[in-house]
Amino acid sequence: MIHLLNQEKVEPTLGEVETPFRQASGELSGSDTNSASSPAVPPLQYYGAAPSWRLVNGRELWRHRELLWMLALRDLKVRYRQTIVGIGWVVLSPLAMGSIFVLFFGLLGRMPAPEGVPYALIVLTGLLPWQLFAGTVTSCTTSLVANQHLIGKVYFPRLVLPMATAIPNLVDFAFALLLPVALMIYYRVSPSWPILLLPVFIVLVVSAALAIGIWLSALNAIYRDVGYLVPFLLQLGFFLSPVVYATNALIPKRWQSFVALNPMVGALEGIRWSLFGAEKSPLVLVLTSASVTTLILVTGLLYFRRVEGVLADRI
Amino acid sequence: MSDVAIRVENLSKRYRRGIPTGNDRLSEAMSNLGRAFLHAPRQLWRRSAQLPSAAVPERSGDFWALQDVSFEVKSGEVVGIIGRNGAGKSTLLKILSRITEPTRGRFGLAGRVGSLLEVGTGFHTELTGRENIFLNGSLLGMSRAEVLQKFDEIAAFAEIDDFLDTPVKRYSSGMQMRLGFAVAAHLQPEILIVDEVLAVGDLEFQKKCLGKMDEVAKGGRTVLLVSHNMTAVRQLCRVCLWLESGRLKRSGPAEKVCRDYVSAETSTASRSRSWDADPAGMGNQLFRLVSAAVMPANGTSEDPITTRTPVWVELECETATRPDSVTVTLLFSLPDGTVAFGTSLSESPVGEPFLPAGRCRCVCEVPANLLNAGELVVSLFAVRVGGEVLFKCDNLLRLMVHDESDRRFGWYGRRVGVVRPQLVWHAAASQSCRILEGLTNE
Repeated sequence: MIHLLNQEKVEPTLGEVETPFRQASGELSGSDTNSASSPAVPPLQYYGAAPSWRLVNGRELWRHRELLWMLALRDLKVRYRQTIVGIGWVVLSPLAMGSIFVLFFGLLGRMPAPEGVPYALIVLTGLLPWQLFAGTVTSCTTSLVANQHLIGKVYFPRLVLPMATAIPNLVDFAFALLLPVALMIYYRVSPSWPILLLPVFIVLVVSAALAIGIWLSALNAIYRDVGYLVPFLLQLGFFLSPVVYATNALIPKRWQSFVALNPMVGALEGIRWSLFGAEKSPLVLVLTSASVTTLILVTGLLYFRRVEGVLADRI
Repeated sequence: MSDVAIRVENLSKRYRRGIPTGNDRLSEAMSNLGRAFLHAPRQLWRRSAQLPSAAVPERSGDFWALQDVSFEVKSGEVVGIIGRNGAGKSTLLKILSRITEPTRGRFGLAGRVGSLLEVGTGFHTELTGRENIFLNGSLLGMSRAEVLQKFDEIAAFAEIDDFLDTPVKRYSSGMQMRLGFAVAAHLQPEILIVDEVLAVGDLEFQKKCLGKMDEVAKGGRTVLLVSHNMTAVRQLCRVCLWLESGRLKRSGPAEKVCRDYVSAETSTASRSRSWDADPAGMGNQLFRLVSAAVMPANGTSEDPITTRTPVWVELECETATRPDSVTVTLLFSLPDGTVAFGTSLSESPVGEPFLPAGRCRCVCEVPANLLNAGELVVSLFAVRVGGEVLFKCDNLLRLMVHDESDRRFGWYGRRVGVVRPQLVWHAAASQSCRILEGLTNE
């Protein structure tokens, strides 16, 4: 504990207060046989006013992994209730969106994609991870505010709330993957060994989403303005990230390491590389984006923990 | 000392009054950002999480919900926390449940804490009863395995076996509450923190809850219970903490602390109150009290009230609704909340059943020889035709009724009962009497 109290100050008060309790239990239970039969009392663990800087308590988080899962399960179960198409929406919406872009650039006559890979595949492999990213960021942002009734009534590491939002989005993503798989079979595109790295890039997408989402959730708990800003920022991000275009086809070489400061650039290019291969691996882009993601994640966690202590009072 | 379950050391919690202003809005933080680009992020950083340390300067508008509270609870003890509204009871529970952090001080807990500040926390109405049991259980700190193990017991306790797979939104509110309590009751932490959950639910359910609480306590677990119900506190708790304006006023055996609390509350007994000078007054736009007083008939509110005097409750009030629509009801209760009786203007055998519109004075006479000796609390309800409560005031007046019977038969104790009416009896001699016959035969 950081905020240890001055022991000299504490003792006298404690002594005063202790006495009536001793008397009370003495009077009522008569003897100490009562305490002898009860199970051993674990040692006291102290909590107090929190220091302003603290890191994530990993053990505490791990202890609440079941809660994280239950919250994710709750969201999953409620997600497509009272819909007809249900989870089919995760396939339908990128299909519709993708078709619009294919038609648009098709009519324009110039595809912002490299030679050899069908443009429809480029769009889909951009849209699906983007959906995962944007969906997670959006639900992260509102996670604390939407669960404020829980925050005021029970204790748990609040970080569980934004983290749990990634799971339903990942499930959606897994279903939606059927779409590019079908298209790859249709176009007879066969991936080679880099596909083994696909999970790494998906982890990168989720980390980027959580990193930004954790920042936004804590900010949104205190400044509700954030909730209004996020859709706009995501719209901007959609065009700043290589979702409907390939970086190589549109961005000049010398700008590429600059645009990779956007965490999604490395992740999206990594995914395309792992699926379709390319002469050159986007290593620099991926490393740049991953570093930026790490930076956002670490600062986000620090800020989150800082807000966490007063969350119940300020939300 | 190894058998201490909870140790609280100089716990303080400061709150800010009113709606946070200033830099709490992002727009202002943003304008700061424009003014001093480098300086503002630090400001944003600092202010978005008010540093909960003693270093933070006190501002006007701050108030301390808890101040330097220290105490110790032994393992296996059931502790009641009493005090008026706003005395800091809930704040204390929130800090000990780790929902919010103290501004100063620290506290030690031995083992797992389960807090029950609300019944059915986190219920999702779209989910079924079964799903909610698992969700609620894990929110309260139970593992999935634990819930699974106790599932049948929980479902049986909640009496919802037939509705386990029905969404909770189709449940009656009583069912939802039973389900919530059932999950919580099967929580087995070393320390259980309960906030007035007993106040809700029907009588049968309350009995069940009380029984369960007793069982929990007997199981050797430590329980902290906040309640306004002195009877429940006395019955369940061995020790009791009395909080007043954020400070620990007294602690000790429950019976004694409760008694002190009740008598302290009644020493502030007020036989006469007036809000005439207060423009805001007592009430709202529809009904406003100007003054209220209780006095012996034809006396003043200074005169003592005895069991043999008729008692007048005099009200001066204003109503803004159309005439012939508002009536008042008075409830006479014991300090522990037991209602002795209620009486309403609308049921008066004489006069109009409604208050005249505008300002008016009305008197209710309680006949002599009805009230028992002791403390009584008068509460008021202003009700519109149709049952809509316009205004309600608990603890409007408090009075002490002194015993003044002639004690003809040497019984000097207090008469039992909430009321002690003087009723008409008839006794007359009969023809034959076995006792008398036996006496004469001897």
